[in-house]
Amino acid sequence: MALDSQAKKVFKQVGTRPRRPDGVDKVTGRAMYGADATAPGMLFARVLRSPHAHAVIKSIDASAALAQKGVKAVVTSADFGVPEDLFIRDVQDNCMARGKVLYDGHAVAAVAAVSDAVAKQALKLIKVDYQVLPHVTDVDEAMKPGAPVVQQGRTEENVGPGFSENVTTYCEFGHGDLVAGFAKADRILERSFKTAATHQGYIEPHACLASVTSDGKADLWCCTQGQFHVRNVCAEIMGMESSQLRVTASEIGGGFGGKTTVFIEPVALALSRKTGRPVKMVMSREEVFRATGPTVSSSMDVKIGMTRDGRITAAEAHLRYQGGAFPTGTVTMGGQSAFAAYDLEAVRTYGWNVMTNRPKEAAYRAPGAPMAIYAVESVVDEFCQHFGLDPLDVRLMNAAKKGTRSSYGPTFDAIGLIATLEAAKAHPHYTAPLGPNQGRGLSCGFWFNFGGNTCVTLNVNSDGTIGVTEGNPDIGGSRASISLMAAEELGIPYDKVRTIVADTNSIGYNDITDGSRVTFSVGLATIQSARNAIKVMCARAAKIWGIDEDAVIWEDGAAKPSGPNAGDFEPMTLAEIAAVSAETGGPIAGHHEVNADGAGVSFGVHLADVEVDPETGATKVLRYTVFQDAGRAVHPDYVEGQMQGGAAQGIGWALNEEYIYGKDGRLQNAGFLDYRVPVASDLPNIDTVILEIPNPGHPYGVRGVGETPIVPPLAALSNAVSRAVGVRMHELPMSPPKLLKAMNGKG
Amino acid sequence: MVHVKIWGSLRHATEGKDEVEVEAANFRQLLDQLSTKYPGLRPQIERGVSLALDGRIYREAWFTEIGPESEVVLMPYMTGG
Repeated sequence: MALDSQAKKVFKQVGTRPRRPDGVDKVTGRAMYGADATAPGMLFARVLRSPHAHAVIKSIDASAALAQKGVKAVVTSADFGVPEDLFIRDVQDNCMARGKVLYDGHAVAAVAAVSDAVAKQALKLIKVDYQVLPHVTDVDEAMKPGAPVVQQGRTEENVGPGFSENVTTYCEFGHGDLVAGFAKADRILERSFKTAATHQGYIEPHACLASVTSDGKADLWCCTQGQFHVRNVCAEIMGMESSQLRVTASEIGGGFGGKTTVFIEPVALALSRKTGRPVKMVMSREEVFRATGPTVSSSMDVKIGMTRDGRITAAEAHLRYQGGAFPTGTVTMGGQSAFAAYDLEAVRTYGWNVMTNRPKEAAYRAPGAPMAIYAVESVVDEFCQHFGLDPLDVRLMNAAKKGTRSSYGPTFDAIGLIATLEAAKAHPHYTAPLGPNQGRGLSCGFWFNFGGNTCVTLNVNSDGTIGVTEGNPDIGGSRASISLMAAEELGIPYDKVRTIVADTNSIGYNDITDGSRVTFSVGLATIQSARNAIKVMCARAAKIWGIDEDAVIWEDGAAKPSGPNAGDFEPMTLAEIAAVSAETGGPIAGHHEVNADGAGVSFGVHLADVEVDPETGATKVLRYTVFQDAGRAVHPDYVEGQMQGGAAQGIGWALNEEYIYGKDGRLQNAGFLDYRVPVASDLPNIDTVILEIPNPGHPYGVRGVGETPIVPPLAALSNAVSRAVGVRMHELPMSPPKLLKAMNGKG
Repeated sequence: MVHVKIWGSLRHATEGKDEVEVEAANFRQLLDQLSTKYPGLRPQIERGVSLALDGRIYREAWFTEIGPESEVVLMPYMTGG
C-alpha cells in the first residue's frame, strides 16, 4: 500500500500518547509470561548440558535417573528423527546434540519429573561418556586451515580456497573502481577492529509448557517472538500436522531478536508425548547465557580514502563473523549495511561467516549491522580528527540521499539521513562545552526494515467497540500502535479498540516479530482491514437508507450520504450500524492478508558525551541524544522507548558486555553478575528527537524503528572515548582494564 | 529484457558479470530465468534471495511486475531481530 495521497493528512489518533494497554497487567504482576503457564498433572523438565566445548558423545546411560522416584521420562537425540530440511535439522541438533556436542552448554539429555527438584537431582544421575575433541572459539583462529572443524560439509559453493571448513559463507557487495577511488584520496587509513559476542539480555528466560494428548493433538504455550515459526519448526520436528499443534505466545519479557528461535520447545513436546502429561520447562539464567544465541563476535578490517576537505573517495571492508556452532548468514547483513549511510562512487565489502565452538548465534536487533558500522564510523571519525574536520559536516558531505546508489545495490528512494544529521547539528547537545577527560562522539546508523506475511482481523462488536486480532507478539508496544491505527481509520476513540495477539489456530500465518516489521506491516493490514469493514458498514447504511452503496461515504466515524443528490439522511455512527448488524446482514468484520513490502529503510544519528576516569579506565556516559527518522511516530512514547532501549543496549555492548571464554572453551561469565549490562544508575536520561520523513510504502508513512537505534552507539561511544583519552580504541567492549591498558600504552 | 544487478560473490556463477540480462515480466519469471541461464545461481536462489525493484526491497512476491526500465537488484534474503 502506498502512502495516502492527501498532501498533509491530519491525524486525530496517530501521534497521540494514550496509556499503554499492557501497563496495568505488568505493574500488578498479572501479566502471564512464559513461566506462568500451568496445567493439571504438569511435570517439570530440566536439561543436562555439556561441560565440554567440543566432544563426541560415546554413550548416554540414563538408567539410574529413570530409576529415581518421581522421574517420568528422559529424552536424548535418540528420541528424535533426522529431519531432511537442513534448517530444521540444525534447530533440532541445537535443541539436543546428536553424536557430538558442539559447545559448552549444548543439551545432551532432558528429564521430566514430578517436581523441579527431582528433575534437577535426576540430571546428576545421567552418565554421559564423552571423547573430548580440540575446540576453537576465536573467529580468526577458526578460519585457519587446520583449525578444529566444528561441522563438516557446511561450506557454501562460493567460499574460496585457503580456509578451514568452518568458513560457511562468503559474500561481496559494492560497486565502482576502488583503485581509482583510492588514488584520488589525500590520505588512506586502514584499521582493524574486533567486537565481542553480546547477549540480548532479555529479562525473561525462555520458558514453555507443552501438552501432547494421546490422540496426537498438542498445545504449546511459550515466550516467543513468533508463535507461527515455533509451530512450523516444532510440527516438523515432531512429525505433526500444523493444524494439530496450537502454539500460544505468552506475554514477553524482552526478545530483541533472541526469541526468534526455538531452543526448548521440541524437547518439552517430546517429553510430554513420552509421558502423556503436560511438561513445563524454564531455563535458568545460566542456561540462557550458555545455550541461547548471543550475537556474533567479529574481526574486521576497514580501508577508507578521503580528500583533505572530507570527501570519501573509496571504501572497503573485510568482515569476519563467528556465529557459533551452526552456519549463519549474518555477515551478509553486515556487508550490506557497513557503508549504507554514504554516497560512494567506489565501495566494496567482503564477508565471511564462520563456525566456532560457541552457542548458535541468534538475531540481535539489526543483526550484523552494529559491528560493521562501528568499524566504518570509527575510521571516518579518525579522519575527522586527522584533517580537523567537523564530524557532522563530513557525514553531511558524504550522506546517502534519494537517488544514491546504495552500497548494497538498490537506489534509495526518499530517506531521512540528511534531515537526521541536520537535526543533530542544530541541537544544543552538539555544541555544549566539555570538561577535562571528556569527549563527544557521534555515529550514523542504518537498518533495512522489512514487512512480510501478515494477517489481521478487525471485528465490529454490536456495542460499537472494535476487536483487532493479530498474530505478532508485542515486543515494543505494537498493540497500542495497532489500536491507534484502527481508531484513526474508523474515526472512533482509541479506548473503543482492543488489540490481541492470537494463537496459531485463531488467525492465518504471520511472520515472526522481527525486522522492525510489526508496526509497519500489521499496521498496514489493520488499516486495510478497517477500510474493508468500513465498506461493509457503508453498504449496511445504504441498505437502511435504500440508496446505492456508492452514494455513501465514511467520515468521522459515521456513514453519510455522499452529497445532496444521494438523499437527506442523518449520519449513522459506527455504533448505530453495529447495533443493528444482526438485522442488516450479520456480524461485521474486516480482514486483510498480505505479504507486505515497502518497509522503507531507517537511519539514525547518535551523540554521546563521556568522561573517562584516568585512574581506573571506567567510562561514564554523561549525555546521550538519539535522532531517528520514524517515518510517522504512531505512538511517540513507544518510539522514544525503542530509541532509548536500543541506545542503552548499544552502550552496554560498547563499554562492558562480552562473552568470555576460558582456554578450555567454557563460558566464564554466564550470569548477570559477571556479564555486566548497563543498569539505570549507569545511564543518563537518553534524549530523543524523532524525525518524520514519511515512508512512501505505508499509507500513514510508518517506518520500523526497533532496530536502527542499537547500531550507532558502538561507534558513538568509541569515538567519544577516543577523543576523551586521546587514544583510538579498536576493540569492544572498552571495559576499564582494556581502556586503562590502552591509555597507559599511549606513551 | 530486464537488467539484474547481482551481488559480487555471485559473479562466479555469471561469468564474472555484475549485471545480467533475462527475459522476465515478474519476479517468478526472473528467478526461473536466472536459475536456467546461470545454473550456478540456483543454490543461492534456493537458499533464499530478496529482490529490490526501483529501490523497494521484496522478500518474496513472485508476481510483482517488472517494468522495462525498472532497476532490479538481487539481494540475500533479509532477516532481522
